[in-house]
Amino acid sequence: MKKNKFKENIIHGIFLLLGLITVGFVLLITIYLVISGIPAIREIGLINFLFGKEWASTAAEPKYGILPFILTSVYGTSGAIIIGVPIGFMTSVYLSKLASPKTKYLVQTAVSLLAGIPSVVYGLVGMLVLIPNIRNIFNIPDGSSLLAAIIVLSIMILPSIIKVSVTALDSVPKEYEDASLALGATSIETYFKVSVPAAKSGIAASVVLGVGRAIGEAMAVMMVAGNAPNMPNSIFQSVRFLTTAVSSEMSYSSGLQRQALFSIALVLFMFILLINATLNFFIKRNKE
Amino acid sequence: MKKIISLALAAVLAIPMLTGCSGKAPTGSVSTDGSTSMEKVIGTLGEAFQNDTGITFTYNPTGSGSGIKAVQEGRCDIGLSSRNLKDEEKSSGLNETVLAYDGIAIIVNNENNVSDLSLENISKIFKGEIKNWSEVGGADSEIVLIGREAGSGTRDGFESITDTKEACKYRQELTSTGDVLTTVSQNPAAIGYASAASVKDSVKALTIDGVAATESAIKDGSYIVQRPFVLVTKNDTKLSEAAQKFFDFITSPDANELISAAGVVSAN
Repeated sequence: MKKNKFKENIIHGIFLLLGLITVGFVLLITIYLVISGIPAIREIGLINFLFGKEWASTAAEPKYGILPFILTSVYGTSGAIIIGVPIGFMTSVYLSKLASPKTKYLVQTAVSLLAGIPSVVYGLVGMLVLIPNIRNIFNIPDGSSLLAAIIVLSIMILPSIIKVSVTALDSVPKEYEDASLALGATSIETYFKVSVPAAKSGIAASVVLGVGRAIGEAMAVMMVAGNAPNMPNSIFQSVRFLTTAVSSEMSYSSGLQRQALFSIALVLFMFILLINATLNFFIKRNKE
Repeated sequence: MKKIISLALAAVLAIPMLTGCSGKAPTGSVSTDGSTSMEKVIGTLGEAFQNDTGITFTYNPTGSGSGIKAVQEGRCDIGLSSRNLKDEEKSSGLNETVLAYDGIAIIVNNENNVSDLSLENISKIFKGEIKNWSEVGGADSEIVLIGREAGSGTRDGFESITDTKEACKYRQELTSTGDVLTTVSQNPAAIGYASAASVKDSVKALTIDGVAATESAIKDGSYIVQRPFVLVTKNDTKLSEAAQKFFDFITSPDANELISAAGVVSAN
């Protein structure tokens, strides 16, 4: 008996240790990011850093204003949500309620495949197909723009929106729908007035998940957005996102420039934390 | 209490990760780190050296800034930089040896009928003073400027030679030579710059004031858009035996043939 208990305790200890490793990584990254992100913000000044409109990190008199990056990330993500959410939402209602099992299986396989495509492939296809077309259709000198990034991002967030929404819609109790149908509502009325409201926390969570995916994406947008640190005044402008601001300059950076890049990463991290907190809020409400 | 214990445990676990990445290169090997533009030339030299001597050669393509930092921190034997060292870097105990000269080609789309520009016009184009190809004898279309990211050796080289530092109105800032080549080959109105050694048929390299970026023109200085490929070493620490052997080999006349095979012009 005692021997068994001892064994149990050891196994318990090992599992605890493994669990703590994950916690350790999160803590390590957070602490490292805060420690390396704070000095530059202090030197530049929080207001100058967050609301400065100009970024010229290697100039003789360097300017470190990241407002263009923040706005670009916000606009880019909003644009992707505006295009991606209606498509994703309608697709998931169709898949969950209307599609035959065979169609559902086929489409869901395709969606999973879409989720598995590496972001560099999205970027490459965007660069070679999307950009020349944007240039020709809108008759502008160069197609690399906020618009190209928005289109790529809205495709990239579709899988997260569809998968989570379908799960939420599938788990609506059949009795709800039966009751609605029995009262004389058509099936479309039932789906939109009963099923969707019943699954709304799950659908909201899927949108937040999409926001998280869009704001954190670096590789694909780097290849299509043009990366000039402009204020995003038009969707045809070449812009730089928070993520690409870090990744495009990191390899050659030094001194305050490098520290400022860490500060950008810290700002991005705060955004992600905020999004995760929102996500947790929705998931919790879903359970209740 | 439980929380505190788990926090403490997490901190203890984190310590070995901080110390895990130190340690010098093993003996009998040479490690280089730095400029991505030097990949071709240093790769060719390293391969030949490895075949001749059996000493392991490694090259880590991180970029000039990272390479210089790596030497400083002792993470590699020889740093590779595609720009001259800054004064602050020299005073921190680093030494530079020019290995070769690389011409920077000014490239346009193959459909572009402009084939020669003066240095002054290039400078005006990149500053945004000349906005349309028709002003320099091309088709009537807006010029699209393709550049590299801040900190890139090629960008630094190009901007200092054309005197356009901090003044370039780039439409796109890309992070690799390959990206620049692809983008320019895709857009008929684009102009960009890339290491002359890496330019392929997909784009057209312009002549500058009538001089093409050929090896002889770069060597005798008549092609003006060029920059040095620099080997960075530490003043106060001696190179390991293997690294010294490699250093002597690549700066000797024996290496000239290999260096020119890589498309750049040997300095020795």
